[in-house]
Amino acid sequence: MDALILQAFNGISLGSILLLVSLGLAFAFGLMNVINMAHGEFIMVGAYVAYVFQLLLAPAMGGVEAGLWFLAAIPAAFLVAALLGGLMETTLVRHLYGRPLDTLLATWGVGLILQQAARSIFGAPNVNVVSPAWLNGGADIGAGFLLSYKRIFIIGLVLLVVAAMYLYLYRTSQGRRLRAVMQNREMASCLGVRSRWVDVTTFALGTGLAGVAGCALTLIGPIGPSLGTFYIVDAFMVVVLGGVGSLPGTILAATAIGVTNTVLELGTTATVGKVLVLLAIIIFLQWKPSGLAALQTR
Amino acid sequence: MDKRKLARFISQWGSFTVLMLVLLAAPLFLSDFRLIQLGKFLTFAIIALGLDLIWGYGGMLSLGQGLFFGLGAYGFAMYLKLQASGGKLPDFMFWSGLKELPWFWVPFQSPVFALAAALLVPGILAGILGYFVFRSRVKGVYFSIITQALTLLTSIWFVGQQAYTGGTNGITNLGSAQIFGHSLQSPPVQRGFYLATVVALAGVYLLCRWLTGARFGRLLVALRDNEERVRFLGYDPVRLKVVVFVLSAMIAALAGILFVPQVGIISPSSMGVVPSIEMVVWVAVGGRGTLLGAVVGALLVSYGRSYFSESYPDIWQIFLGALFIGSVLLFPQGIVGNLAAFSRRVKGLLSRRPSPAGGEAGSEPLIQVTATHAEGRS
Repeated sequence: MDALILQAFNGISLGSILLLVSLGLAFAFGLMNVINMAHGEFIMVGAYVAYVFQLLLAPAMGGVEAGLWFLAAIPAAFLVAALLGGLMETTLVRHLYGRPLDTLLATWGVGLILQQAARSIFGAPNVNVVSPAWLNGGADIGAGFLLSYKRIFIIGLVLLVVAAMYLYLYRTSQGRRLRAVMQNREMASCLGVRSRWVDVTTFALGTGLAGVAGCALTLIGPIGPSLGTFYIVDAFMVVVLGGVGSLPGTILAATAIGVTNTVLELGTTATVGKVLVLLAIIIFLQWKPSGLAALQTR
Repeated sequence: MDKRKLARFISQWGSFTVLMLVLLAAPLFLSDFRLIQLGKFLTFAIIALGLDLIWGYGGMLSLGQGLFFGLGAYGFAMYLKLQASGGKLPDFMFWSGLKELPWFWVPFQSPVFALAAALLVPGILAGILGYFVFRSRVKGVYFSIITQALTLLTSIWFVGQQAYTGGTNGITNLGSAQIFGHSLQSPPVQRGFYLATVVALAGVYLLCRWLTGARFGRLLVALRDNEERVRFLGYDPVRLKVVVFVLSAMIAALAGILFVPQVGIISPSSMGVVPSIEMVVWVAVGGRGTLLGAVVGALLVSYGRSYFSESYPDIWQIFLGALFIGSVLLFPQGIVGNLAAFSRRVKGLLSRRPSPAGGEAGSEPLIQVTATHAEGRS
């Protein structure tokens, strides 16, 4: 029983990372019909930002153990990934609106280039980011099972980000414009919303979130140039399952996939667990083709 | 009159005939090494034809072609491996601690069964997946993502099943297999497989050409441009889509069957996500919706790849990425598509008539934003 609780807990933390990653994908897809295959590489960018901060800034910020640099790396990863994403939107993606399959190809190309760039700069082997000392260990839930502080921290971080996203989407004028463009682009433009600007900022916001996810991933394991590829397919499954452009749907789908994945791993192997999840999604789509919570007005 | 007939024949069949003649004559002037390389690239051209059918004409981007290719290749490789180990347990099974041949390997001792399974298993898999996916009206990028997920999972799974699939290394050491009393690696056998590949390429090309010229092909294009309209006309899009998906999967499997004896190895790294997407580049570079473009694209990109990756292994990735971006941004119709558009314009100028608008599938904008597309899945 405790093993199950532990696995579910791990599933929730995996799901929370998936959620960060897939929010950006869902925005880009729901808003602009853009499928961003380079999204995984923005996770990698975020992870390497943490690595660079550890190398360059940790000595000046009280050492690696103190972890101040890590707290600084999170917003930095967001900014760097968001800037890169904004650059990509203005130079490449904007030419491909209305051709979703082409965006898939072109952004995959961007992903390849980013991966090779990381390989040239940081080398092909994986590198380790040392977690701050105060995240080591875990909370004892009895019977020798520990809920690691790192994973609790990740879940907390994601909760924070989701709350911020909620406030942004539903309580700011910028968020209202975003939702307006998502629901009806022409009407929003007619009413004076600068939909181009909304496109750029939303895309950048999405890639920025992927950067934060990358930063969080450095707590769990080593990072390498192909880090993003491990998460991108899962993230797309979240988007498919969750339904396009719906925050609650995405949250539900990310948690469901994360938890099912890790719980199914208990009785079987990791890959069999993933296969079962994919099968479950395909079967689910028979019953509800537009995902858990599709936006009704589009 | 005769002259006109000849001109028509040349414009319709000229490039295909020349290509076939060159390919058939290739063993006369290529070294054994280059011939094997060409044979390998021709199997890629076969995959590209199948992908062009479903993507270029049908508008469904399958990212699972690498998977079907791999399943076909593994099927035939199992037969070759059993041949090569001469009745004994294949080496990798021995290393993994297996005592006897797994039950599902046993029938692969028969070449007929192996070939049939290599073709049918991918076809059946595509049929089942296609039926469920298309029935729930999953389309566009959703279809791409699901096929990609399946590809990813299967390649990871094959890596995990070390004892049954050879794990990361795949099925290797096929060289000592005997075919018609000759070693697999002997030049006559290799030449035989090369010629078989050329014949298969020609056959698949003719099949695709016939299909796309017939009502089936027009329905496919109609499906790409507006699925609802096809549905309202009384056709069943699900059945059409499943048929073309199965067909393209079996074409990829055929390519896999021809790939294995020439290259002598099949491993998960040739059937995963990255190869599947590279297959898409071949078609995109050559020209979607032009069958010859798929062949040309596969050959050109593969040669470019082997040249670049031998000389500059680092730059290749960046080059490939740039190729993706460039072909989508600058040449959305691909090499052959753009050439065809160009020659139509020249012809139009020469005859002082406006060029016929959209006479062929290749001249149309390939992915159209139709009402259904913009609305997402309804």
